[in-house]
This record gives sequence, C-alpha cells and structure tokens, in this order.
Amino acid sequence: MRSKAYIIRLMRKGVIKLDYEDTIAAISTPVGEGAISIVRMSGPEAIQVGDRLFRGKRPLSQVKTHTIHYGKMIDPENGKAVETVMVSVMKKPNSYTREDIVEINCHGGLNSVNRILGLILDQDVRMAEPGEFTKRAFLNGRIDLSQAEAVMDLIRAKTDRAMDVAMSQMEGRLSTLVRGLRKQLLDILAAVEVNIDYPEYDDAEVVTGEILRDRSAAVRNHIDQVLSTARQGKILREGLSTAIIGRPNVGKSSLLNHLIHENKAIVTDIPGTTRDIIEDYVNIRGVPLKLIDTAGIRETTDEVEKIGVARSRSALANADLILFLLNAHEPLADDDRRLFQAIGNTPAIILLNKTDLPQKIEIEEVNRLAAHRSVIRLSLKNEQGVEKLEDAINTLFFDRNLSANHEEAYVSNVRHIALLKTARSALSDAITAADQGLPVDLAQIDVKRAWDTLGEIIGETVSDSLINELFSKFCLGK
Amino acid sequence: MKGYQAGSYDVIVVGAGHAGVEAGLAAARMGAKTLMLTISLEGVAFMPCNPSVGGPAKGVVVREIDALGGEMGHNIDKTYIQMRMLNTRKGPAVRALRAQADKQLYQRAMKETIEETENLTLRQGMVERLIVEDGICRGVVVATGAEYRAKSVVLTTGVYLKGKIIIGELEYESGPNNMQASVHLSENLHQLGFDMVRFKTGTPPRVNGRTVDYSKTEIQPGDDAPLSFSYDTTTFVKDQIPCWLTYTSPETHQIIRDNLGRSPIYSGAIVGTGPRYCPSIETKVVRFSDKSRHQLFLEPEGKETREVYVDGLSTSMPEEIQRKMLETIPGLEKAEMMRPGYAIEYDALVPTQLWPSLETKKISGLFTAGQINGTSGYEEAAGQGLMGGINAARKALGKDPVILDRAQAYIGVLIDDLVTKGTKEPYRLLTSRAEYRLLLRHDNADLRLTELGHQIGLIPEKRYQRFLIKKEQIRQERERFTRISIRPTEHTDKLLKEKGAAPISEPVRAEHLLKRPELGYDDVAGLMPEPGWKVPADVREQVEIQIKYEGYISKQLQQVEKMKRMEKKKIPKDLDYSVIDGIATEARQKLDKVQPISVGQASRVSGVNPSDIAILLVYLEQGRLARKTG
Repeated sequence: MRSKAYIIRLMRKGVIKLDYEDTIAAISTPVGEGAISIVRMSGPEAIQVGDRLFRGKRPLSQVKTHTIHYGKMIDPENGKAVETVMVSVMKKPNSYTREDIVEINCHGGLNSVNRILGLILDQDVRMAEPGEFTKRAFLNGRIDLSQAEAVMDLIRAKTDRAMDVAMSQMEGRLSTLVRGLRKQLLDILAAVEVNIDYPEYDDAEVVTGEILRDRSAAVRNHIDQVLSTARQGKILREGLSTAIIGRPNVGKSSLLNHLIHENKAIVTDIPGTTRDIIEDYVNIRGVPLKLIDTAGIRETTDEVEKIGVARSRSALANADLILFLLNAHEPLADDDRRLFQAIGNTPAIILLNKTDLPQKIEIEEVNRLAAHRSVIRLSLKNEQGVEKLEDAINTLFFDRNLSANHEEAYVSNVRHIALLKTARSALSDAITAADQGLPVDLAQIDVKRAWDTLGEIIGETVSDSLINELFSKFCLGK
Repeated sequence: MKGYQAGSYDVIVVGAGHAGVEAGLAAARMGAKTLMLTISLEGVAFMPCNPSVGGPAKGVVVREIDALGGEMGHNIDKTYIQMRMLNTRKGPAVRALRAQADKQLYQRAMKETIEETENLTLRQGMVERLIVEDGICRGVVVATGAEYRAKSVVLTTGVYLKGKIIIGELEYESGPNNMQASVHLSENLHQLGFDMVRFKTGTPPRVNGRTVDYSKTEIQPGDDAPLSFSYDTTTFVKDQIPCWLTYTSPETHQIIRDNLGRSPIYSGAIVGTGPRYCPSIETKVVRFSDKSRHQLFLEPEGKETREVYVDGLSTSMPEEIQRKMLETIPGLEKAEMMRPGYAIEYDALVPTQLWPSLETKKISGLFTAGQINGTSGYEEAAGQGLMGGINAARKALGKDPVILDRAQAYIGVLIDDLVTKGTKEPYRLLTSRAEYRLLLRHDNADLRLTELGHQIGLIPEKRYQRFLIKKEQIRQERERFTRISIRPTEHTDKLLKEKGAAPISEPVRAEHLLKRPELGYDDVAGLMPEPGWKVPADVREQVEIQIKYEGYISKQLQQVEKMKRMEKKKIPKDLDYSVIDGIATEARQKLDKVQPISVGQASRVSGVNPSDIAILLVYLEQGRLARKTG
C-alpha cells in the first residue's frame, strides 16, 4: 500500500514522530479574513487548557461531549477578555483524533485567530505539524490505512517539504549548533553526576547553583538568538508577505488572478456563511501568502500597466518573499537588472513568463543574476508552470529560512522550533530553581530535560552518552 | 559418578552469595520449600571485594530490598563497623547511606539467619548441570551425584563460572579469593544454547593495619547520628571504626609505567571486559596520565582482624610489583601485604536472554540473578537475587511474576536495563541511570515498596501495621501544614530573620513557608501550635521533602504517567518482527532478540528509534483493529 510506505517513510525520517502524548493546536481553517476561523486543539491537555482560557457558563471539563458553548477567551496573565467565541468540545474517543478535541470558533480576522492561537501555545501546547491531526487519528486507530491514504495525500506536499527540511537541516548548521549546545549541557550534567555518584572524588569541580545557573543561562541565550531568527511560526500565523514585481505588462495581475482563483483558498467553509473570497490572501498548499499591494496591481490592466519599477520597489520593502516576473519574449531590460539588484537578500523566485512565445531573453544572464534562486518557466496564458511555482514556494518556506539575514538563520521547521522552545523553558526552570536555592541535583533535572529535548532535534537521546562522558572525563573508582 | 535421587523442592538456588541468599530467603519465606546449594559453606554472603555496603544508588537498593522484605539491610545493620550518610549537602534524591562491614561478622550473621529459616535447606555442593526436559528446567545435578528436582531453579553463580584469577604472569582456575571455580555448569549453559560473555573484575591488595602509619593519612570517621538501612532497626553500633584516606604518589605511577609490560591488562593476558567505573590502578595511571595522584581509602575489614582493604588500588600486577607500589604510598611504606590484589575473569550470561521476571526465555523455570547477569556489586546482586527468588517461588506456586518498573525502584531500573539493553561491561547502578531519581529516594523506599512486599508475603503483619501508621501520620501532618496559617508576629519575624528569610506581611500557610529554601520542618513547626502528638523524625523528614520538592515531584510523576501509558501497551510474546514493514533492520534484529513485553520496553532497546516504535504502534494498532472488526 502506497500510503503505508509513505507514512513509514515519514516516520523513518522523523517527520512523524512518536509524541502524540502531548497536546497540539493549529488554525484549522484557511488563513485569511474569513467570517469565522477555527483553532483546533487535540490531546490529553486540550480540555484543561481550554478551561484555563475560556470563560463560559460552565467549565469545559463539565460539559457533555459534542456540544458547543458561547463564552469569552481570556488572557490568563491579566484575566481580561480577549475575544467572544464559540467553543466546541469533543471528548475522546469519539473525536477525529480519538483524543480530547477543543475547537475555538472565533471571528475570522487574522488578529483574532492569531491571538487565540498565541494564548494556547503559551500554555505548553505545541503547534501541530502539517497533517498531525490526521496522523494522530491514524495512530489512535480512528481511521484505517486506506482511509488515511486519502487524507495523507492532502497533506503530502506539506509534509514532504518538512521532511526535506529535517534532512537538509540535519546535515547543516542547525545540527552543528545543537551539538555544541548539548555539549555545554553535558559538561554541566556530567560534573553534577560525578558529584552525586562519587561524593568523595576530589578532582571534579563542585557544581554550585551559581555555576549551573550561569552556564544554563548562556545556553538559553544562545537558544534565544536562534529562536529570534525563526520566523516560520510568525509566517504561519500571519501569512508570508509576498510581493509580485516586474516591469509593466509582464503578467503581474495575471499571476495574481491565477494564484487567487486556482487556489480558491480564502473561502470559509462554515455552512450558512457567505462564501467570500478575500483577495489579499492565498493559501499555497498550506503556506499562507499575504500578497502585498494587490490593489495596486489590480488598478490597471496588463495592456496599459502604469505601475513600474518605483511601485515594485515600495512593495519590496515589506516582503518576506518576492515573485519576480520577467518577460521571456523580450531581451532583459535595464529595469529588470535594477530590480534584480533591488531584491537584495530577500528570498525570491524568478519567473520567466510568456514562454509560449519565442524566447528572446538572455537566459544565461538571467541565471547568473538569479544566482541560487529558482528560475521557473511560466506561461500564464497556457496555465503552464504554475505547479512548479507552487513547489518552489513550498520549498522556500519549509526548506530555507525566509529571513533576510541568512547568516543568522538556523531554524525554519515547526518541530525544531517547538523543541527549542521546550528546551528553553526547561533551562528557565533550571535557572529559577538555582535562583531559589534548590539543590543542584534538582535543577539538574531541568538541565537534563533541556539536553534530552535538544537531542530530539538531531535524533540523539540515548542517555548512555552521559555515562560514557562520566567515565571518559573523570578517573573514578570507589 | 553414580547419580541418586536426593529430594525435590519448590525452588533450588544455586549459589549463596549476595544474590543467592536473598533468593533463597525470599523463596522460603514465601512458603516455597527451598534448597540453597553452595560450593563452600564458608562462602555464604562472602564479600570478596570491598568491605562496604551502600553508597549512591546502591544504598537506595539496600533500602528497597528491606522494604520488600529482603535481608541485606538487616544484616548490614547488625554487622557494620561504620555508617555514613553521603551527599548530605545535596538534595534528598541523592542522599545515600554507606556502611563499612565487618566481613566475617556479615557472613556469620547471614549464615545464621539462613540456618534459622523454615523451609530453607542450606547445603554444600557443586552444581554441575541442570536437568532440562522439553525446554523446562526440572532440577540440578551435583558433583557428588545427587539429583535434586525442583519447580524452579535460580542460578546465582557470581564470578565462579569458569573463574580464573590472574596476578601478573600467574594464572589459575579459581573462584573469588581462591575458592573453587565452577567449570561444568558454564559448559552446560553453553550447551543449552545460552550466549555467554567473558567479564573481568578485580580487587586490591590487603595490608596489615598494625603496620600502617595512619599519621600520614586523613581520618574518615562515621557519622555520630544513629543511621540504619533497615526500617526495622532500632539498635545502633556505638564504637565505630574510622577509615583513612591516602594517595598514590608519582613514584607509584612510575613503578606502574615501568612495569606495564607485566600487567595482564596491557600484555593481552586478560580478555574479559572490565568495568570502567572501577578501573585498576594501572588503567587509571595510563588513561589519566596527567593526574599526579589518586585517592586511596584504607578500609578495615572487620573488628576482629587487622586486615585493611586498600580501596582504589585494584590491580593485577605481579605480586612483586604490588609490594613495590605499596612502599611508595604515604602511610603504607612499611605495610605488610597480607593478600595480593588480583583480576578475576568469569563467564556471564548475556542478560537480554531474560524476561523482566529474570526467568530465561529459553528455558522455562530457570532464573538467573546477580553477577551471572553481568552486574557488579553486592547490592545489585542482592536486588536481583530478591526478585529472582520472589519470581521463582511465585512460578513454583503458580503465580504471575512481580516486575518492578523504572519509577518504582532502582531495582526496576537495574533489571530493565539488563534485560532490555544488555551490558557490555560489568553493570553498576548509578543515579544517572534512573530517569525519576527524585521519586526513587532512599528515604521513601518503604513508602514505595512496603505495600508490595506485604502483598508478596515478605513483610510481616506487625511491620506492615507500623508502616500503615507511619503513612497515616504523614498524611495527617501534611494536612496540618496545609490547614494552618502562620500569622505575621514579632516572634515569626525574628525567626525568619535569623534564618535569612524574608518576613511575611500577611498570614501564610505553613506549607508555603516550608517551601522556602532557608526554612526546614522544625523552623516552621516551631511557629505552629503543638499537634498534640509527637511527630516521629521519619515523618517529619517525609513531610519536609514532600512539601519542599512538591513541584519537581509532581513534574516527575507526570513523566511517569506518560511512561506508564507506553508500558501498558503490551506486545504479544510471539510477535514476528519480520512481517512488520518499515522497521529498520538493526531495530528488527534487536527487537527479535530482546522480545520486549511492552512498547515502553521496546522503546528503550538500543538501536530502536522513535520511528521504529511509531511503526510498531501502527502495526499493533492495525492488528487490534483487525481483530475487532474481523
């Protein structure tokens, strides 16, 4: 069975991971300005977390399964109401994932839904990976393999990307970085362990609370730096700011229309609501794009496009991603070359449109100017090449870090970000414990947790390495 | 040799070392008719290596043995010459007791206990082979021709299997301390199809204390406070004997380096794998060449002997070199060596051939415990012996095995590690091997295991009642700390100030105050009204630890819940891993070999990745689904 092999492949590569003991959440409606958005939460803590954030007539823990409740979401920090919502509760095992599910129906605006998701993620709930609800449904025996196949197909594109990311990052800087951080933590751990297991051994540094705190803080700072460059979470929530640029008459509005109409993304699926199309947002296989300055593009038609380089430049300033259209039927213009320069370090995809006509563009020069960026041949007229464009957007999103400064960028994978955050909070716990004067061997439990969690990023959690470290580093023998 | 039928038993224990005595006593106390066979009655509960019991992790094991109704705690409490609490400046999770034993007294006391136990026969005899019929162990055959029948057999053969002592160029077949080695049994096990490994351990020379110049050493006295391993103990040794600390010198190291060619470890004479945590002095000198000295602890072997154990100087160098080494050690320059140190090689069973009950997978009714399973240490042996004895008796009596999990006891960690991961060197318990060490404290071993010990039938009713009272007292006292608030008064302020704690401005619940690191139980209790009954010290200790570390404890309990969910997912005994697509070849081979009983155990098999586990789960889930619908 193809889907089984597929799932197994995902598991092998670590995309599907055995962690369905935790609680996950995601926006389960397409991102955009729909009338209603739904944030779905699934897992053992779903109802408890719901109760921490929801104020209705009755706590969710006391309501019947498969019921919907009116109330307010509050910010537990200050108790203030954030949104008016409808919350539905589906208790295990009669839910999609066979876990407790809480779905929060809120106003469709991005701000509302982001805020609610943010509140949930602050409660030790992890952002769901693409297809994870389905994976859980599957692992919990909710659907059989053949049923799963259909659903898995839907998420294939996303997960395939995520998987590639896992692989490419594995070999790259992230793994080097994580290894370095783990080494620092291992040094702390080994020293503490020696103090415990060989209390009379006089040659090991006695790790005090201060030492443990300072070293943990150093590692935490490093994780903070890494996380600050991780923009994917933000992008997932807010959409990837995307600018379509190019000389007049190159096909910008055709592309825009194409993206919008082909993806039919920003449609709410709630019965009884209007099937509105929100034109600024499109959903490319799970990657939300927020198209910048579409109104500007729409003001004109292709034939008499007035918007030129100046307009494109202004759009560039705010973009996470640039779709740069060139006319393959004409030689490169100076304006094209200037736009290449204007792109700078922003991730971009170069599109050669009008490939249905004889090619006149200097392809070698385009390739040279494009450097590492993808160059995709397109014929919007014949609807050719759009698939490849969508592939490329997906690749960029999952594969590379969509941050302007590539030197600083390490993480773009949701799973890695979640693990880094967990490790970070474990270190914070260790620091708090040390500050409170708790014994070092207690604070060490948190350091160990951070170390284990970081190990999950690179697939190393075998604690034997700690024991190996003990014996290689210290001459022990009583 | 002409054989004869020598009798039949419920349980036969082969060996009477630290594993054997626990196995035999447990089985007999559970009502099983038990025979304990040993090569020499002089070897009962013998300590061939260091004269001490306990230490980090190991000390907790002794407490666990005691809480389950084992003997080690009682026996050391009767026979120690020094007792110390280690890690007192660290957290409660890592505190540990360690006692120096009077070796001969320890043996005599244990032997007497065995002799006094009903249902238990102690007999000298060298077991040469097992009686195995249709894959079931039916008994043993002794060198004298005696054939004993039994429903279950526990092998606790220590380092006797094909034991070989090595001192420099000298090699001879021997058990520990020149006891007779057991040759045929090892061959028999091999023939029965068991995978065996060759391990090595060693021991240092002993010197005559009369000839030691203690003025050049540092004294290490025992604690004044009355300490005990057993929850039963009420009398304590008064005149404790100190240990002494000295160091090797650069000259010692030079002698070792000059003679490495004569060291069996470096000449290749020793093939067995030795433990890294208990390296010989020659290994220390070679591997840590930058260290100019190594600690040596001079430990008296008993009250009625002057023999002193030179802890830290384990060696298999030739006798001549050992004597030269001693001459370079401060305090030992003129010491008379009484016995040389030696290395000993022996056969051990690859422990992944065992179920978590310690029964072998290959032969039903055959259990193994202690060093034969690849461990090292008296406490590790005793813990296994106890569980092996319990499960052998339960098997004989037609009951299900008792298996301790990793959150229940260090013994559970130990056995799970052995049967799941195996071991490449003699296995020693370390606190870092336990994931939930805050739960596996030495102070709460009774709270963790007495109930179980009582159910098994090893904790007498009277002791159980005492335990229930303690439990109730803890509950009441905790409740009192939750109920009572401390009001801000001058008196309160003064005490808080004395302890370096911030004053309070409004009434604070006693338990909240106790959570402050500067304050202990007595401080807070002093601010509360009298409870009306005298709170015993062990109850005070529990209340303090439980309240103070509540946050961490509950965090670990959550992790345990998670772990237990995976332990509950059972794997059928006959599962054919070759039909499961997608499990990596290495993982498949390992799983095939280990045959984990649960998904939790499978996830701890080395070489098995989370993805393999996910696939295994999918497979099991599909099977369940198919059975349900089909």
